[in-house]
Amino acid sequence: MIRTPLRPLARILSARARGENPEAIERENLRLRHEAMRDRARAMAEGRLVFLALAFFMVFGVIGARMGLMAATVPEEPKSAAPGAEILAQRADITDRNGRILATNMMTHALYAQTNDMVDPARVARELVKIFPEMNAEDLQRRFTDGRSFMWLRKVLSPEQMQKVHEIGDPGLLFGPREMRLYPNGTLAAHVLGGASFGAEGVSSAEVIGTAGIEKALDARLRDPAQAGQPLELSLDLTVQATVEEILDAGMKMMNAKGAAAILMEAHTGEIVALASLPNFDPNNRPSPLVQGDPSDSPLFNRAVQGVYELGSTFKIFAVSQALELGLVSPDTIIDAKTPLVSGRFRIKEFQNHNYGMIPVWDVIAKSSNVGTARIALQVGGLRQQAFLKSLGFFEPTHVELIEAPGAKPLVQKRWSDIVTITTSYGHGLSASPMHLAAAYGAIANDGVTVQPTLIHSDSHPVGTRVISDRVARQVLDMLRGVVTHGTASYAEVPGYDVAGKTGTADKARRDGKGYYKDKVVNTFASIFPADDPKYVLVVTMDEPVDTSGPIPRRTAGYTTVPIAAEIIRRTAPLLGLPPRAVPPGGEKIDTANLE
Amino acid sequence: MRPFLYVLSFLAVIASGFWAYRENYATQEALKQVSRLNRDIASLREGLTLQRAEWAYLNRPDRLRDLVVLNFDKLGLLPLEPEQMGNARQVAYPRPPAPPAIEGATDTSATPGKTRPAAAAKTDKDFP
Repeated sequence: MIRTPLRPLARILSARARGENPEAIERENLRLRHEAMRDRARAMAEGRLVFLALAFFMVFGVIGARMGLMAATVPEEPKSAAPGAEILAQRADITDRNGRILATNMMTHALYAQTNDMVDPARVARELVKIFPEMNAEDLQRRFTDGRSFMWLRKVLSPEQMQKVHEIGDPGLLFGPREMRLYPNGTLAAHVLGGASFGAEGVSSAEVIGTAGIEKALDARLRDPAQAGQPLELSLDLTVQATVEEILDAGMKMMNAKGAAAILMEAHTGEIVALASLPNFDPNNRPSPLVQGDPSDSPLFNRAVQGVYELGSTFKIFAVSQALELGLVSPDTIIDAKTPLVSGRFRIKEFQNHNYGMIPVWDVIAKSSNVGTARIALQVGGLRQQAFLKSLGFFEPTHVELIEAPGAKPLVQKRWSDIVTITTSYGHGLSASPMHLAAAYGAIANDGVTVQPTLIHSDSHPVGTRVISDRVARQVLDMLRGVVTHGTASYAEVPGYDVAGKTGTADKARRDGKGYYKDKVVNTFASIFPADDPKYVLVVTMDEPVDTSGPIPRRTAGYTTVPIAAEIIRRTAPLLGLPPRAVPPGGEKIDTANLE
Repeated sequence: MRPFLYVLSFLAVIASGFWAYRENYATQEALKQVSRLNRDIASLREGLTLQRAEWAYLNRPDRLRDLVVLNFDKLGLLPLEPEQMGNARQVAYPRPPAPPAIEGATDTSATPGKTRPAAAAKTDKDFP
């Protein structure tokens, strides 16, 4: 660049000659130079701004165009990034603890009609009725021709039916792929599994949603695509469950009962190995619920979880446990069990008007004395009794993973007077489900620490709270063992397995609330085995059983549920891997002296 | 020099265009194969699910129980019972083999049997 001098000699000299100040020339030149510099800087800055604006415009333009493109186009799965596992977005399987399938999915097809494409609606209607007898030809033809363009015909088809529909050969009949929930074991564990049905339906797919049981309770987990590959592993054991159901069914028929339920639970983890409720149903073809009458008449009713009954004498052990824990009595303390015990206007008597007199605490349990238990409960007091039963979970629904569980809230008296303390101590006036009872007996079997019944097989379980000391738990177990060796549950003696348990016979409350039925009972047997090292808790309940094998009909638990429970233990214990204790030849003698 | 560079870059453009063309088709082919394989995997998975369901269906306890009853003559299967489980100590072990028999005649009268009780009595007295 050629630099213009600030003081050009020619101009200075001529200015001097004219007598002007040469400084003015210099200043003038300096001004011009500064102006030129300023113009250059401005042009450069403007250029930069324009460039920046252009760059921003291009970047935002690209982003905007991309957004517009994404918004305007149909979504499409990236072809290259689809790993094989997630191709079938299906509902997760349900298996038992050994991985045997309890619920899985099957591809099938739904049948729908597009009437616009239909060639001969009359013939199609006739042919369809031949394949599906439940359809009506006139009705179908009317619906094919009344102007609608689309209609569903069937939700699922078997392959044979699909082939036959193909053979009709009408272009208006179309198939949509469907994923169907299948329960290969039929009625087995029906009340646990519940059932599933279709939710929102489209032509190319339909969502499968759980309608009851664990299918509904854990619907979100089962539908989670991230966990679709991992089956939901239940704590049930298929073989044990089948055995329990078989024996319970035979027992229910033998004892002429209306219904029966059994819960077999691991004592230390709370995992439920078998949960049966009879009568049952086929979850593949779930019956519709009753709209009127007693819900417990429906096979859908889960007696083990929903059936809230007064559980009778099985409760006596809780009063005694608490008294032992509080140090009020020892197993050998003599209790006044003379009848009747009068409290206000109530007179408490024994079963069949027995009078046991002065008996030790262990015999109160073995003989199942109402009066003895009531006296112990009165020593404990209503407030403490309430708190203890609350800690065992008798005041709130169980947390087992079934949709029916939260609805089964125990029925508890609002005012806890002395008479409530007395009746609750022997299991009347407080209604709870067999699941509650299993959880409470689980606490005794688990050395006095509560357990949470669960249907999910897992390695870790929440640690419960201690309700009684392990010493008291041991004493209580010995007393429960006494009930079997020389008490009301002598039929529970299983050769090789020391069973401890307590019977309970409660009169059934009338549905209209006017007292109790004379000849309708709910029999319960809550047991723990093996008694010396408790591993399992078994609760068997029967609704309105009666043993008619003898000359007079017998309705006490000792004759109805106890033999059934004993048979369940005898058959399932080997399946559970419990080796029997060596039995002396000739077996053990059964004492039938005190069977009430 | 400069024309040579022009020709060279022109050829390079043609070559890279040809390469991109081939890569494009190779990618599309690979994508098609992936989707084909995915379809195969899906149908195999579906088949597997069906087989598993059928296996579970055929092995359902009801059916097995009926089969056991039907084939009792041949199989003689019974439910597992406690008596079938045992302890190793309950097993009767075979008796230890008897010592070899003494061959030939043995003179029993010559054995010093009579001294034995006396010796035993003496020992008893020593250690009451």
